[in-house]
This record gives sequence, C-alpha cells and structure tokens, in this order.
Amino acid sequence: MSSTQQNFAGCGDREGKMGIVKVRDLIYEYIRRDEEGNVEGITTAVDDVSLDIRQGEFVAVLGHNGSGKSTLAKHLNAILYPTEGTVWVDGKDTKDDAAVWDIRQTAGMVFQNPDNQIIGQVVEEDVGFGPENMGVPTKEIWERVEESLKAVGMYQYRKYSPNKLSGGQKQRVSIAGVIAMHPKCIVLDEPTAMLDPQGRREVIRAVRALNDVERITVILITHYMEEVIYADRVYVMDKGRIALQGTPREVFSEVEKLKELRLDVPQVTLLAHELRREGFPMPKGVLTDQEFLEALEHCVSAVM
Amino acid sequence: MPIILDKVSHIYGEDTTMPVRALDNVSLVLPDGQFIGLIGHTGSGKSTLVQHLNGLMKATSGAIYFNGEDIDSDGFDRKMLRARVGLVFQYPEHQLFETDVFSDVCFGPKNLGLSKKEIDLRAYEALKLVGLEDDYFYQSPFDLSGGQKRRVAIAGVLAMKPDVLILDEPTAGLDPRGRDEILDQIARLKQETGITVVLVSHSMDDVAKYVDRIIVMNKGRVLYDDEPKEVFKRYRELEAVGLAAPQVTYIMKALREKGYDVSDEATTIGEAREEIKNYFARLVAARKERQGAEDA
Ligand SMILES: Nc1ncnc2c1ncn2[C@@H]1O[C@H](COP(=O)(O)OP(=O)(O)OP(=O)(O)O)[C@@H](O)[C@H]1O
Ligand SMILES: Nc1ncnc2c1ncn2[C@@H]1O[C@H](COP(=O)(O)OP(=O)(O)O)[C@@H](O)[C@H]1O
Ligand SMILES: [Mg+2]
Ligand SMILES: [Mg+2]
Repeated sequence: MSSTQQNFAGCGDREGKMGIVKVRDLIYEYIRRDEEGNVEGITTAVDDVSLDIRQGEFVAVLGHNGSGKSTLAKHLNAILYPTEGTVWVDGKDTKDDAAVWDIRQTAGMVFQNPDNQIIGQVVEEDVGFGPENMGVPTKEIWERVEESLKAVGMYQYRKYSPNKLSGGQKQRVSIAGVIAMHPKCIVLDEPTAMLDPQGRREVIRAVRALNDVERITVILITHYMEEVIYADRVYVMDKGRIALQGTPREVFSEVEKLKELRLDVPQVTLLAHELRREGFPMPKGVLTDQEFLEALEHCVSAVM
Repeated sequence: MPIILDKVSHIYGEDTTMPVRALDNVSLVLPDGQFIGLIGHTGSGKSTLVQHLNGLMKATSGAIYFNGEDIDSDGFDRKMLRARVGLVFQYPEHQLFETDVFSDVCFGPKNLGLSKKEIDLRAYEALKLVGLEDDYFYQSPFDLSGGQKRRVAIAGVLAMKPDVLILDEPTAGLDPRGRDEILDQIARLKQETGITVVLVSHSMDDVAKYVDRIIVMNKGRVLYDDEPKEVFKRYRELEAVGLAAPQVTYIMKALREKGYDVSDEATTIGEAREEIKNYFARLVAARKERQGAEDA
C-alpha cells in the first residue's frame, strides 16, 4: 500500500484531533505559458509534502533558494491552491471557496520586505486596517490595535508615520497588523532578511513572545540558522520535498548533511563541530553559547 | 580609479516641511583594490551613500571625485561613471525588467556598445559566477524565487565588469551556501582583477570574514573607519547603534570572562578554533610538565 493511502486513512481517523495545519501529499506546479497561452514549462515547486502542525507550536522551515518554502507558505493562507493533495487550516480545506476568508483570518502572513507591507500613514491606522476590513466594530478595533502593538513592543510608536521607523520597527508593525486580526497561526516568510542585527533581535523576540505568551502558532521561514534554535520543530526542504525534520538539536547535529542541502548551522554549533573534528570531546548539536561553555569545561576536565 | 568624498551631505525633501539629512558631512577615500565593508543600522545612510558613488544621486553639498575628476563638473562623462562603478541595488526586484533572465543580464553590457558575441559571453559567465542553473536562463525573472532574483541582479552588474563593484546587501535572502559562494566568487574576482569592492551588509559574520576595512555609519555620519579587528573591539558601541560583533567574538569574550586564557579578538570561526586549540595545547603541555616534575 502506498504511503499516500495510509496518510489519507490516518486523516479520517484523527479528524477530531486535527492540528492547526495539516498538509497531505501536496504537489504544486507553476505552469509557465507563452503569449498565446501555450504551456512553455512546468516547475514542480512543492513535490509531495505532508506535514502536521499542532496549535501553539513554533515550527521553522529551512531550505535552499527555490526549494519551495514560499510556495508551501502561500498554501497555508489560501494564496495558492494545491495542484494535487490537500491542505487543511484549522480543519478547513483551503480548496473550499466558502472557507477562504476564514482561513486568511486564521493564518496571517508576514513577508520579507517591510516597505511593501505597510499602507497606513500612521502606525495605529495601519494596524487597524485588517480588523476594519473584517468588519470588527470600531471600539474593538482600537482595543485590538492597542493589544497588538503592545505585543510587539511598538505601542509607544502608535502615532508615528511608518516611514520614520527603522526596518525592524516596520516589520514589528507588520506583525502587529497580522495579529490584530486574531489569527491562530502566523506564517513569517523571511521576516528578518532585510534587517540590521538589532532589528532581527527585536523581531525574533516579538515572534517568540507571541508564541510563548499568546500561544499563537508560528511558522517561521528563514535563512538565519540562529533564529531556528528556539523552534519546537524544524523542517528542511530540498527541491520541493522535506529532506529532514526534527528538533533544532537533532537537525543541527547533522552538520555535513545540512551543508549538502546548501544550509549551515549556527556559528556556535559550527565552532563546536570543528573542535569535535579536531578530537575534542564535544557533544553534537551544541546550540547556545551557554551549552558551548559547559561542553568546553568538560573538555578541560578531560585533559587535566 | 580611487573615489574621494569631500564633506558630502545629502538631504531628502530639502524644500519640504520634513527634510531628512541622510548623509551628514561624509568624507572618505576609497583607494583601488580594497575590500570595504559598509555597516550601519537601517536608515543610517548606507544606501544613500553608495548611490552617490556612481552618480545616481547628487550630493546636496560637498564634492565627489572619481579618478581625480569632480563628477559634478561640466565635461564629466557620467555614462562612463555608471559603467565603471557597478551598483547592485538593495532590492533586486526593482532592477529586473526584461522578459527573460538572460536578456536581463545582457542589458548592461549592451549599453556599453559591445559586440553581440562579447555580450552573450559576459552574460553567460556572470550567471555562472552567481550559480544560477541553466534551466532558468530563458525564464521570466519575475517567476523566480527571491534568492534566484537576487542572483540575476548581481549577475547583471558583474557582466558590466566594473572597476568598482558595490553590493548593497547582496546576500539578504540567499541561502547560506549561496551567500558563501557569491562572496567567495567576489573575493576571488577582486583577487584576480584588483577591483575595488564595497559590501553593504547586515551580517557581521560575513563582513568579518571578507573585508579588510570597515566603515560604520550612524545617523548619516561615519562613526568608525578601521580594520575589522579594531572596529569589532568596540562591540558595546556597535550594539548601541543597532549593530553587533560577530557571534564568535561573543563566545570568546564569554570564555575570557570564565577565566580562560584566550584572546577575545577572534572574529571568525577559524580564528576562534585555533585560539581554543592553542589554549588546550598549553594546558596539556603544562600538565606534562607537572607530571614530569612529580615523577622526578
Ligand atoms: N510565480 C512563479 N512562476 C513560476 N515559477 C515560480 C514562481 N514562483 C516560484 N517559482 C519557482 O518555484 C520554485 C520554488 O520557489 P519558492 O519561491 O517557493 O522558493 P523558496 O524556497 O521560497 O526560495 P527562496 O529561499 O529563494 O525564497 C523555484 O524553482 C522557483 O523558480
Ligand atoms: N527616497 C527617499 N526619500 C526620503 N527619505 C529617504 C529616501 N531614501 C532614504 N531616505 C531616508 O534617508 C535615511 C537614510 O536611508 P538609507 O540610505 O536608505 O539608509 P540604509 O541604507 O542605511 O538603511 C533614512 O532616514 C531614510 O528614511
Ligand atoms: Mg521564498
Ligand atoms: Mg539600505
């Protein structure tokens, strides 16, 4: 029996406990056409992906350029629909037209470039757009704007013009705009790629707080390995498929494998790995400076 | 082709109610053949600065000299300047516009009036250099993933074979291998041809690994201009202006604080590894000596 059928069977059985995101045998093909509409070529951007994400999880997605991360992400809030397979968000099939607005509200999206995402002239106005479009009553809009800006640490900037803000601040405003719609899940597609170190720290801190405090499910796509160590689980994509998955420690223990997949590990992990190769009794998958210091203490005891 | 900036200021919206002083009295000398890192918080003026270097933006006050000539003087050949000083913009999607990737990369060299054969050759070489696979050459640049677009934008400028290559955050959105490959290729190109490279980057790890000089911008001014080692010694000051030291520098500092006798000046993984290895070699030697003394 093919794994496809088993998965479908499993899906029926566990219907009641379905996670916030469930993807089964997803294939997505971009079809390129010439001016006359004839098919010129097909790119299989997502190639038979299945995954489950539970409510409240923090999941990271890594993968080389063109591996299909953004394409996958766009399925989670019904910007794209499967060529084959099925995507459920909060139990709803994204192909169901009637559910599209629910799904977009359930799974909010934040993109890379902070400048393309902010439309309001004033921060609080920008954050209010989403709930306003959803028909939320005015009084509640303001409550949501306040709570969202506080959640990302931008409340004191509510009266600012967005173009007076740094990249990291703009990106936090974009995130506030998404959480004002009260999503259960937020998908961030390289939110820190354009930011300076401090902006990156601010955004990651805000994202972790949403996950820890508000229990919002987080799906973070990134090329910065350091941002992944806080995730509960990591998926690594390669040519449209999931090549590796596990906890950050499990995934980052596979230094050579990750390099083959065009990725890397956090700098501290790499330093530990190189020392290990030089014969130091270092464990695999060192993720933080603290762990590195402890591991090195052991190395000292070993030579004394 | 050295570039000299003499007290350059740039004000956006000078005659509006809210002028922004993006560059404030910047004086710099960029001699031939250096690999320069330009770092600074978002909004510190990096992009504004680099767009002055190829004449895309005009200084509100101050002067810029290319090879000794004032680029704002009457007879100055601006077209030549654009060709000699190649700039890869911060947002690649703004730079792509042709119907397919290959034509897009050909656009620059075409404007140089080269033969068709030479143009194609350069475009091909440049696309190879940035590691874009052949499959994508005849696709629309708009159908590419973010990182693929960025590669095409970089190739377009490389194909011009500029004397000064400026890259405004070229690795944002590239996968880690792509980042290393492109920067390795550019470092090699610099080595082989002696061009000047200006790398604007938010990655302190990349800057530490490649450049021989760092210019730190803060609020439109040059805060530091020195060798990487010297600049990263001031990590506290860097943090105060939205930056940081490379990650390994923090690890080495933590080790020193714990009492390890290691230098905290390492800025790359290789340096840190050697420093730690040497420290352990000293520990082992000391132990042997002790044991030798006890045995005697
Ligand atoms: N609009 C499109 N039309 C045709 N092909 C596309 C389109 N968008 C993406 N692709 C192709 O689909 C594949 C996956 O692209 P996708 O954008 O999902 O990658 P990604 O993992 O997000 O990459 P990156 O890290 O560069 O953002 C690539 O081969 C890409 O060229
Ligand atoms: N086209 C523009 N119009 C008005 N202000 C601008 C423009 N471009 C940049 N600025 C402002 O100039 C300052 C420097 O910006 P920029 O050069 O883009 O910095 P960086 O590249 O270091 O992030 C910022 O305050 C920014 O908001
Ligand atoms: Mg992408
Ligand atoms: Mg910039």
